[in-house]
Amino acid sequence: MSVDEAISQSVEKAYDPDNWTLPGERVCLAQNEPLRLDNGEELKNVHIAYQAWGTLNADKSNAILVCHALTGDQYMVDDHPITGKPGWWKQVVGPGKVIDTDRYFVVCSNILGGCLGSTGPQDINPQTGKEWGVDFPVITIGDMVRAQKLLIDHLGIKKLFAVVGGSMGGMQVLEWACRYPDNVFAAVPIATAARHSAQNIAFNEVGRQAIMSDPDWCSGDYHAHGKHPHRGLAVARMAAHITYLSETALTRKFGRNLQDRDDLSYGFDADFQVESYLRHQGSTFVDRFDANSYLYITRAMDYFDVASAAGGVLSNAFKDTPVRFLVMSFTSDWLYPTHDSREIVHALNAGMANVSFIEVESDKGHDAFLLDEPEFHKVFEGFLEGCAEHRGLQRKAS
Amino acid sequence: MNPANPKGIRVDLQLIADMIEPGTRVLDVGCGNGQLLDYLWREKQVDGRGIEISTEGVQACVSTGLSVVQGDVETDIRDYPDDAFDYVILSQTLQAMREPREVLEQMMRIGKRAIVSLPNFAYWRLRLYIMFKGRMPVSDSLPYQWYDTPNIHFCTIRDFVRLVDEMGFKIDQSLFLDEEGTSRTMGKSIAMANFFGEQGVFLLSK
Repeated sequence: MSVDEAISQSVEKAYDPDNWTLPGERVCLAQNEPLRLDNGEELKNVHIAYQAWGTLNADKSNAILVCHALTGDQYMVDDHPITGKPGWWKQVVGPGKVIDTDRYFVVCSNILGGCLGSTGPQDINPQTGKEWGVDFPVITIGDMVRAQKLLIDHLGIKKLFAVVGGSMGGMQVLEWACRYPDNVFAAVPIATAARHSAQNIAFNEVGRQAIMSDPDWCSGDYHAHGKHPHRGLAVARMAAHITYLSETALTRKFGRNLQDRDDLSYGFDADFQVESYLRHQGSTFVDRFDANSYLYITRAMDYFDVASAAGGVLSNAFKDTPVRFLVMSFTSDWLYPTHDSREIVHALNAGMANVSFIEVESDKGHDAFLLDEPEFHKVFEGFLEGCAEHRGLQRKAS
Repeated sequence: MNPANPKGIRVDLQLIADMIEPGTRVLDVGCGNGQLLDYLWREKQVDGRGIEISTEGVQACVSTGLSVVQGDVETDIRDYPDDAFDYVILSQTLQAMREPREVLEQMMRIGKRAIVSLPNFAYWRLRLYIMFKGRMPVSDSLPYQWYDTPNIHFCTIRDFVRLVDEMGFKIDQSLFLDEEGTSRTMGKSIAMANFFGEQGVFLLSK
């Protein structure tokens, strides 16, 4: 599909905010007490859309919260209701899988600022009766986690057995462990960092500029103009997608192979398979993602620095934490490289935390955490099994 | 698993485990597949941590529920605060360190006590090997050729005792093992231990 086709086919919003018809639940939280944001503003009536699998046990000790990444959402197991693609963590979550839904109660919610049911910039601002657009408050990873905490409280869960997530999901995991150490038994931050590097901020800025320089962005007010900056958003996605892969993975998958042709076109069509692939990634992305959400979420990632609440000293953020950690990185991930994970591990050691760390051998780049990586799955599962034993939960039948 | 030991851990690891009080906090530096940490957790309710460089080792450890960090001992040991552990264990690894003295210094900084086990290069069989063959010893317990060995800083029991003395630490307990795995207390008989001991095991304090 070309970008133009995608534009003509795409829906303006993925869901009707007044009539929730997508799979899963959508709850309205912070109805009495507003959600206080890091920027000082307050949000009332915060909607959180989520999906849950498995059964919560009697003492509510078997709940696992999965935090999704930048462009993820709560549809991590079953086929996506909009794209029809398999759930993004189908390899990891399900009956008998690493996160075993036969034994654990697993929750995944759309983040605050997202665009699949949770409150975000495409929702209606109650004060104006129009979409928030760029009037939506700039949110942080901390705000996303506060909203998740409201949901967990709403579900009556006092202590999560585990909070897990990769990439931006991993940042939420760190934030959970730092902010609510008594409400988390185990934390698994994967392929992530305690703060965004200059390189990460730089890539995010390219994406934001691509969106904002699309005339259809209309200074963020595109809904009112009946438009959507699909081209800008598609380019942002294309640029970002490169950072999720590795040179080895790209070479293996595409090399210099040509797309549907025997010779070069001597033009600017997608001659190469890799170009065609990226265009496809861009055009399918705009079907399910809101451009302003992309701006807000990437901003939240850039602002993230879990040490800032602890006076800038990372080890103080985790000093004497009771949480058990498993930190994992991948050898070929150059977006959140191993040294970012090691920084977390060094700080956890300095704070005498209970921590395990492994660098998983993989040539698949940052996306490895979403893919079939047996070693990653084995260690992850082993860690959860060990934690289950420490927590007095049933281990997997062997 | 070792048939001589019903609990199934290596004899030298059992000697180390016997030196450890139950319910304490322990760091096993270079913990391999986590055999000792697992035993300490199950039998002595020890709050254990490990550092291990090999992927296979870390994978085995984490999969059995142990808290182990993949990393280089000589850099990662610096992360921990002073007196963080009751015991810091270094089993059969000191001789593979780039800076053994510095590692020992760090161990005694982060631990109240340290337990070190090491192969004794003055063991009588090794002495005879060099005397009669004139070559670097290769045996079942030291299976490497000189050019590919990870053991770059071999020492003798006497060398180690002297180093500990120089650094101002105390030896609270010392054992040596012969090749059958029989352990004996060293006491004052360093010369005998240095001749008959294939390995030495030391409990150090400040």
